[in-house]
Amino acid sequence: MEERTTNVFIAGVGGQGILLASEILSDMALAKGLDVKKSEVHGMAQRGGSVVSHVRFGRKVHSPVIAEREADVLVSFEKMEALRWVHYVSPEGTVVVNDQEIVPSGMERYPDGIDEELAKRAPGAHKFDALKLAEEAGHARAVNTVMLGAFSNYLNFTEDEWKSAIEKRVPPKTVDINLKAFELGRKAGAL
Amino acid sequence: MRVLLSGNEAAARGCYEHGVKVATAYPGTPSTEILENVVNYKDDIYCQWSPNEKVAFEVAMGASFGGVRTIVTMKHVGLNVAADPLMTSTSVGGDGGFVIVTADDPGMHSSQNEQDNRYFAKFAKIPLVEPSDSQETKDYIGAAFEISEKFGTPVLFRLTTRLSHAKTPVELGERVEVERKEYEKDIRRRVVIPAHARRLHVEVEKRLLEIQKFAETSPLNRVEEGNPKVGVISSGIAYQYARDAFPDATFLKLGLSYPFPIEMAKKFCARFETVYIVEENEPFIEEQLRYDGITNIVGKEKVPLCGELNQSIVSRSIDGGEEPDRAAVAPRPPVLCPGCPHRSTFFTLNRLGIGATSDIGCYTLGVMPPLNGIDTTICMGASIGNALGFEKAIGRDFASKMVAVIGDSTFVHSGITGLADVAYNKGATTVIIVDNSITAMTGHQDHPGTGKTLMGETTTKLDYIALAKSLGVKDAREINAYDMAAVKAAIKEAVDSPEPTLLVMQGPCALQVRKTWTEPMAIDAEECVACGLCLKLGCPAISKDENGKSTINPLFCVGEICQMCAQNCPVKCIKPTAKVAA
Repeated sequence: MEERTTNVFIAGVGGQGILLASEILSDMALAKGLDVKKSEVHGMAQRGGSVVSHVRFGRKVHSPVIAEREADVLVSFEKMEALRWVHYVSPEGTVVVNDQEIVPSGMERYPDGIDEELAKRAPGAHKFDALKLAEEAGHARAVNTVMLGAFSNYLNFTEDEWKSAIEKRVPPKTVDINLKAFELGRKAGAL
Repeated sequence: MRVLLSGNEAAARGCYEHGVKVATAYPGTPSTEILENVVNYKDDIYCQWSPNEKVAFEVAMGASFGGVRTIVTMKHVGLNVAADPLMTSTSVGGDGGFVIVTADDPGMHSSQNEQDNRYFAKFAKIPLVEPSDSQETKDYIGAAFEISEKFGTPVLFRLTTRLSHAKTPVELGERVEVERKEYEKDIRRRVVIPAHARRLHVEVEKRLLEIQKFAETSPLNRVEEGNPKVGVISSGIAYQYARDAFPDATFLKLGLSYPFPIEMAKKFCARFETVYIVEENEPFIEEQLRYDGITNIVGKEKVPLCGELNQSIVSRSIDGGEEPDRAAVAPRPPVLCPGCPHRSTFFTLNRLGIGATSDIGCYTLGVMPPLNGIDTTICMGASIGNALGFEKAIGRDFASKMVAVIGDSTFVHSGITGLADVAYNKGATTVIIVDNSITAMTGHQDHPGTGKTLMGETTTKLDYIALAKSLGVKDAREINAYDMAAVKAAIKEAVDSPEPTLLVMQGPCALQVRKTWTEPMAIDAEECVACGLCLKLGCPAISKDENGKSTINPLFCVGEICQMCAQNCPVKCIKPTAKVAA
């Protein structure tokens, strides 16, 4: 996978820990001696808005953003957000989705038809309840490490590489919860 | 050591390694993190937040006069504020190296316009340096200082959002100290009375020609050989997009793009039938080429001028191809956070049917429904002048229908002069400072109203009330922003008064309060009459359940400190969670 660039597109809602997840992935790619670029936008988007992070790694990476139809993996921490960005996934790409619903501000209720539309556009998507697994691991805020576990199945890093990268980035008191969350996610997201 | 750094972190590291001694700024997305990272080197670099970009620029200039390497950073529109010192600083350079960083925002992720500040280099007649990734950002900071010192000129250093905020690998180096130049009085150079300025202008033109020659052979401008049939000229982040869109092409990559290396470009263009000019926003490079009669180029007639580019847009604009089909998904716009103290002001204005000229900051989000609390937003500080202008156009009574709403940091930045104008020109204007005691939107930076400096020292704290009174605004008061009744009473009284009024609505930023969350509020479904008044607060924690009754998401609610919804509820069914559970 080193010769060609691997593209991982991570989406969700401000406050879900998307940026930490993309930091961990970038750390691993850098440790392997690869070229890495990771792009996201700060500011307005963090006030409860839609948040995305592009991570690209390989022998030589130019643009810090992923081209449409070229993401190898789309990871979405929220269902509507998966649908918003699904056009970034390559025809051979994988979609991993947290089945959670977060009502957009300004709307009184979650919109209808998201599941149906997502099933149409990403028929092979792996959808599961990451919030439940995070709670099972010990804290609702571990949703991001559950998601890391889930999409770890589709990238060429060992389980040990993932775990040591997680240990280095999460607050020391939460290491156990996060490692458990990673394991639960890895099982749930397996083929 | 090789590490991943954002462009902003790399710029800060560049300041450290290349011997910078003074760094100043006013925060503004996407530039803010430069100084937030420079402060990590505070043993070697003095750094400060200034009240606005003009002052930051002037402090930096003074430091350069004092003989040390100095940097000033700002977002693109910040350079408008600093344009006055910029336009003249260019003729008096020649002391400690002086670099001005502008972080532009193509695509307007967090900005009110998409201005391309490369034109400021041309307008001010100073060199323009444009890196394309974090490594270049760090290295080119050093190159920019060398150019500044070699030619005695300030240098404009341009970043854009995707450079500032993207992380890419950087090889770290050691700090190299640069000796301070001894200050010597030289009024012919530093005092720009017309007699001196006329001579200085001639020197600036001469200097520009010398730098132009330098640019022709500078390693910052380079040809990257590839397919001999396809030529591309690009700079900055657009270079990376073009590299992906034309993986095999021959590139002229510009890192010192003004004064323009025209001979190099002519030679390059002569090698190809057609040369593609890939640049984000304005046709800055293209104009230089066309001015010199180079016509075998394709630029803005294909590559979009509006908005941010990426490799897909670049390749589609030149080679054609269809846009992917996107799903229609409801937007998820940013909103005022749960527990935000600004909410009570906009909710109250909305209920009273009062409009607001507003300003730049988190509170601009008060424009979103259901608050719909804002009529105008233009630039930093504009709210107060705009409100006074309305009153002068429509009549004094209109001051009861339109108030000015401005944040604490923005007020210090450029609202003070507006308030002086209201008092001086006998306005009846009500000015509301929504005071969360921090520069919130850019990620919590201190300012003269917070009593703390960038380097973490305690300092004097601006007293808004005393300031207003000294300007001649006699009715100036502080109000607890979380007290809905007090907010309403104060606004009603202020708009009814024939005199100008300053209301300071105080409440800490909800993102900082989050650290001390208390028990969330909950709605007693049995008592809720589904009137929907709490939904009108536009709080992200409140939504409707399947029975049409309101419900509070306990993960979002900040709890006791806010309680705006509870104060507002006509049947008092919103209570701390424990009381509802009981």
